[in-house]
Amino acid sequence: MANKRIDEATGVETVGHEWDGIEELNTPLPRWWLWSFYACIVFAIGYCIVYPAWPLLSHGTEGVLGWTSRGQLASEMNAEEARREPIMEALAATPIEKLPDNPGLMRAAIEGGRAAFKVNCVQCHGAGAAGSPGYPNLNDDDWLWGGDLKTIETTLIHGIRQPGDDQTRFSQMPAFGRDGILTSQQIGQVTQYVQSLSGKAKPNAAGAQIFADNCASCHGSDGRGMRQFGAPNLADAIWFYGGSPAAITRQITTPNHGVMPSWGGRLDPATIKMLAAYVHSLGGGEDFEEVAPQAENASATETHEQP
Amino acid sequence: MERIVTRAGIWFAIMLLAVMAAAAAQDSGFAAHMFIVAIAALIGLWMTISKPDYSAIARGILRMPDDPSRYDDDPVRWGVIATVFWGIAGFAAGLFIALQLAYPLLNLEPYLNFGRLRPLHTSAVIFAFGGNVLIATSFYVVQRTCRARLAFPALARFVFWGYQLFIVLAATGYLMGITESREYAEPEWYVDLWLTIVWVAYAAVFIGTIVKRSEPHIYVANWFYLAFILTIAMLHIVNNLSMPVSLLGSKSYSAFAGVQDALTQWWYGHNAVGFFLTAGFLAMMYYFVPKQAERPIYSYRLSIIHFWALIFLYIWAGPHHLHYTALPDWAQTLGMVFSIMLWMPSWGGMINGLMTLNGAWDKVRTDPIMRMLIMSVAFYGMSTFEGPMLSIKSVNSLSHYTDWTIGHVHSGALGWNGMISFAAVYFLVPRLWGRERLYSLRMVNWHFWLATVGIVFYAASMWVAGITQGLMWREYGADGYLVNSFVETVAALHPMYLLRAFGGVLYLGGAVIMVINVWATVLGKLREETPMQTAAYDPAADRPLVPATSN
Repeated sequence: MANKRIDEATGVETVGHEWDGIEELNTPLPRWWLWSFYACIVFAIGYCIVYPAWPLLSHGTEGVLGWTSRGQLASEMNAEEARREPIMEALAATPIEKLPDNPGLMRAAIEGGRAAFKVNCVQCHGAGAAGSPGYPNLNDDDWLWGGDLKTIETTLIHGIRQPGDDQTRFSQMPAFGRDGILTSQQIGQVTQYVQSLSGKAKPNAAGAQIFADNCASCHGSDGRGMRQFGAPNLADAIWFYGGSPAAITRQITTPNHGVMPSWGGRLDPATIKMLAAYVHSLGGGEDFEEVAPQAENASATETHEQP
Repeated sequence: MERIVTRAGIWFAIMLLAVMAAAAAQDSGFAAHMFIVAIAALIGLWMTISKPDYSAIARGILRMPDDPSRYDDDPVRWGVIATVFWGIAGFAAGLFIALQLAYPLLNLEPYLNFGRLRPLHTSAVIFAFGGNVLIATSFYVVQRTCRARLAFPALARFVFWGYQLFIVLAATGYLMGITESREYAEPEWYVDLWLTIVWVAYAAVFIGTIVKRSEPHIYVANWFYLAFILTIAMLHIVNNLSMPVSLLGSKSYSAFAGVQDALTQWWYGHNAVGFFLTAGFLAMMYYFVPKQAERPIYSYRLSIIHFWALIFLYIWAGPHHLHYTALPDWAQTLGMVFSIMLWMPSWGGMINGLMTLNGAWDKVRTDPIMRMLIMSVAFYGMSTFEGPMLSIKSVNSLSHYTDWTIGHVHSGALGWNGMISFAAVYFLVPRLWGRERLYSLRMVNWHFWLATVGIVFYAASMWVAGITQGLMWREYGADGYLVNSFVETVAALHPMYLLRAFGGVLYLGGAVIMVINVWATVLGKLREETPMQTAAYDPAADRPLVPATSN
């Protein structure tokens, strides 16, 4: 019943079957195809001898190379760690106050901090460390708690308002509106006054008085903030939670209080030093001498508008 | 009359049960789904009662020829229409999520965010578009190559409509946030059960038709269809073993946990590619390429060897999706070496497709449907080389989790599965509706070029994006620290995402041309144009039970 014939175009015999007009040629397997298939099988067998492959009762064969994926990861990580090790050891042995005395180490610390920042910090502070409303910009020279290496390191180790860390930085602004300390009219007046400190509104006497009575104890009589309380400088046109009248009113009425984790238990001391060095290097890093008295640098207010 | 009353009673009971389930549902998503089931039962009830009218109406709308002496082609016609419809839906969803990746603002919470639309896109193109074209062509091909009408005609209709209900339940579920979170197996337990019923019915129709064949041998396309149907049944059932939290709620928990769960999922996921998108579509290739080329299959021996090698080797390759994970190293090796050995068996299909044109290569120049088929097989060959290459651990350590994978999948899906499906639709529509030819072969040519250029934009941009991404993720600086943060790698990909979306626009545009062409052909219109070549069609020979030839 087979109906074999020689196909004219190719000169190959058909198998002799036909389905809905479709026939099949009896072409042999292409040699290159067959040998490539064999080669793949040989490669597979060889690979299974060299690498872990055969499942046995309790674990698989280990392969003659003794390769494991965990081992490969460990060796790659060790190689990078070995490259970092001299720096890490030197950093661990150097108190952060002494870091600026060693420019080579400082540079290496900044590079390491750049990498650690991208893993741990960008989620809140942004890839360029420019922050966003509620998350401070780390590129400017406006510091809530201080901008020298040691102070940044302390902030990193203990965090801000981190529950369970008794050395964490803590401050709380009263909810002047919600708790009825100020009337909404008074809040409006002091909002305008706060804006006037940055030259964004006209000063008003009523607002100035309310400010002196309620706000100056933390933010300072000139509104330039106090770092021992983490109280922001209100006179530099840099705004933490927004500089519009609505945003300022909201913050006075029901303040937001952000939290930064304490990194002391999560990162090793050398990495924290690196992060401090990197943040310090971003543009606003201060020398140690500048730390002490607050109102010393009472230069004229420059209004760089910031988010 | 009594039969109609009985049937109407069954529909009514289903509807009542669904409404009760909706009322007692544990969560709003389940209630919505039971409401959809009730509507489906209501439509069934209405159709049962007004049955005589309904058939005529459907024939009128779809302009379906009616000739009972021929093959049972109604489910095939519906399937072709459904293929085109779901294709447009799936491509549009794909374009939209591509734009979401370029412009995150387009994430419309909560129903149209990326997380919900992405499974909608993948299921729409794989299971709705791909599934419908597979079911429709399998019903067409098995009848022709067995020279027998479909076994269980009523069951075949149930398969079609039941499968559409599955698609609707799956798609609406994703939008409502109902998901098992298993890639390509997202539908929840009750939808899985429904698909199981439909699939068993599908297997019964297909195997029943093979059993009642009047040809002595089973054609190679039917081997592949059979492998596809049986393996998908096994994969679907095992991967979806789960325990519902409540019989009236949508949530369920998988029977597997941890790395066993991951391995089961990728055993399923990889073989969904292997048996749905490869074996099933190879079955289409084995029918439509020789029919359109009007040439014999290149090598019967190759078809046997590559068929058995393919189905034996494919099933082991899943672990290559889990390189460098908690999966034991020996299992990763298994996944890799089986993928490498799979290379030549996969290419066996490509060789048999391409070399079937021996003696008819001129048709690539003159016949746009042939051109589509050949481009499809070429993309099949490219993807099945790229796949084993990506399964090699050292390559995978660069490519995994990057857009390279997305590019690989789409060169296969858009090039191989998409192109061969379009060609099959263009082949089938004039034959199914008894038209002299397609409305326009020149529009097929336009579709071909738009789709091809679209794929090139898509695949090339994703290769660049994937390699960029992989290199940036692993880049260490001179001091031994990672150089890039994740978001920097995302920002670097933005131009590639735009090029990808542009490729998607072209591909969707080609599909829109197909809709016009198919619908004009269904309406019986013929565009006046310079003729192009296509395969001959003899309606007189296209019928079951031809007299046995003895010459």
